[in-house]
Amino acid sequence: MVRSRYRRFVIAAFVAGLAIPAIAQAADTTLLNVSYDPTREFYKAYDEVFAAYWKAKTGDTVTIQQSHGGSGAQARAVIDGLAADVVTLALEADIDAIAKKSGKIPADWKKRLPDDSAPYTSTIVFLVRAGNPKGIKDWDDLARPGIQVITPNPKTSGGARWNYLAAWAYANSKDGNDEQKTRDFVAAIYRNVPVLDTGARGSTTTFAQRGIGDVLISWENEAYLALKELGADQFEIVVPSVSIKAVPPVAVVDANVDQKGTRAVAEEYLRYLYSDEAQKLIAKNFYRPVNPKAADPADLKKFADVKLVTVDDPQFGGWAKVQAAHFADGGIFDQIYKPTN
Amino acid sequence: MARASPQTLRTPSVIPGFGITLGFTLFYLSLIVLIPLAALVIRTGELGFAGFWKIAGDPRTLAALEISFGLSILAAAINAVFGLLIAWVLVRYDFPGKRLVDAFIDLPFALPTAVAGISLTAIYAPKGWIGQFLAPLGIKIAYTPAGILIALVFIGLPFVVRTVQPVLEDLDREVEEAAATLGAERWQTVFRVLMPAVLPALMTGFALALARAVGEYGSVVFIAGNIPYVSEIAPLLIIIRLNEYDYAGATTIATIMLAISFVLLLAINLLQTWHRKRLGNV
Repeated sequence: MVRSRYRRFVIAAFVAGLAIPAIAQAADTTLLNVSYDPTREFYKAYDEVFAAYWKAKTGDTVTIQQSHGGSGAQARAVIDGLAADVVTLALEADIDAIAKKSGKIPADWKKRLPDDSAPYTSTIVFLVRAGNPKGIKDWDDLARPGIQVITPNPKTSGGARWNYLAAWAYANSKDGNDEQKTRDFVAAIYRNVPVLDTGARGSTTTFAQRGIGDVLISWENEAYLALKELGADQFEIVVPSVSIKAVPPVAVVDANVDQKGTRAVAEEYLRYLYSDEAQKLIAKNFYRPVNPKAADPADLKKFADVKLVTVDDPQFGGWAKVQAAHFADGGIFDQIYKPTN
Repeated sequence: MARASPQTLRTPSVIPGFGITLGFTLFYLSLIVLIPLAALVIRTGELGFAGFWKIAGDPRTLAALEISFGLSILAAAINAVFGLLIAWVLVRYDFPGKRLVDAFIDLPFALPTAVAGISLTAIYAPKGWIGQFLAPLGIKIAYTPAGILIALVFIGLPFVVRTVQPVLEDLDREVEEAAATLGAERWQTVFRVLMPAVLPALMTGFALALARAVGEYGSVVFIAGNIPYVSEIAPLLIIIRLNEYDYAGATTIATIMLAISFVLLLAINLLQTWHRKRLGNV
């Protein structure tokens, strides 16, 4: 009795052992896309589109898992071993950090896809309360005493670094490259910040849900999303005269895809972001597509014509320089909060 | 006496297996506690003495540590007072819904800290349920150090109640009656009969609440405002250092926190031992 049960168990185990590799062969590939905070809605839609495209093209099923969080924290997770197939982060500096500190991505990653590996861009705008009660029109109004400005901490949020740089670019153009004046102007804005949230989503919640502050400095896409989700009758978008061209890049994590054998699908996942179908979806989700011709003109109308400065502009000199001068420990941002100021 | 002691050492213990259990205890403690902490200290060691002091003496680090430990001690003290009160009510009185109230105490244990932070912020923000009444009076709680204090009181409360409660339950009512028959005033009964018995448990509760508050991150970052030098807690500063890829800076702050916590907890333990000895019951 006992022996027969034992034998049955052995047979069952043997059959199961045969079955497992068979399942694995038929099983679908899984991709892990490690991204930053405000891309949730876009990638949720894009993952469906891409899975359908991949199925039609190859007959294979691909399941995409998303991980969202602060851009810097996500980069650190990948450095420390999170098995991301692709990273779609808020700024170049974070992918550079993965390349430099872990070697999992080659240093020239930016050149591997068109448009510096950024299939969509965005910019920084203001979100104010309905009717714009404080009359906020441009960056000068944010530095005015008595105005409360909501923006996340540039040390913990990628989006916040774009906010900071946009303010810097405006002040710099106004003050004719006088660094001390620019510093004072940016410092005046940050002195008006009552809450430094750790991420962009946190700031949106503080401003919209908690009712704190007169103006939220925000990603353009996040501002439109807030209008859509929280009611267009409660808030208004104000576009400043100068802003920054925010370029959130994407990259395949070579070491991980080679280990998992997912290189082909991971590369196609990023390449397909440049397709007409994806570009249209990008515009629909309030990101600026690199190929506007593919997008719905109605979606494009939302993007205001604003003077955009890039990080490669001489006043900044690229991400590596900006990171060291402004956001490193003891950098210009830290000096703003020195008690002596 | 001195001659007798080697003999007592050789006498086999009543309970067998001392060697093996002690060995396992040490092994287990090393694996779970000491090795990770050693890694922390080693990582900090990379900086060298000068680098360590540069970070340790940085005004921002000091401000964050002051905020973290100052508010944690205050929160633990508040919890010690009101936790004792709650435990007393739960043990000594019967009232409808007592079981329910008893169960509520554990909620801060179970709630994910981020949820606690978000709920507290929603309540105490200027437009929240409580905040809207305080705002006209000029009282701000959310996004100030007061908000941090409230979050720390919230998460620490069950530690005090749950450590004091069983001790109060074990206290015989007859002890109080005996005190009364011997002519003690009510306050004498409370402070000279009840308190000495409860004090060790209360101190344990205080220490646990303090330890928990010092390490708390999830609930605090939502309600704190996170302004450097004003409402930036040390654990947030650690996260900021990590985001700068400054691992050594992060572990330095962590090591300092660890050292301060260890000294505080050790002091509380010593106080307890001293108190027990004074009472004469080991």
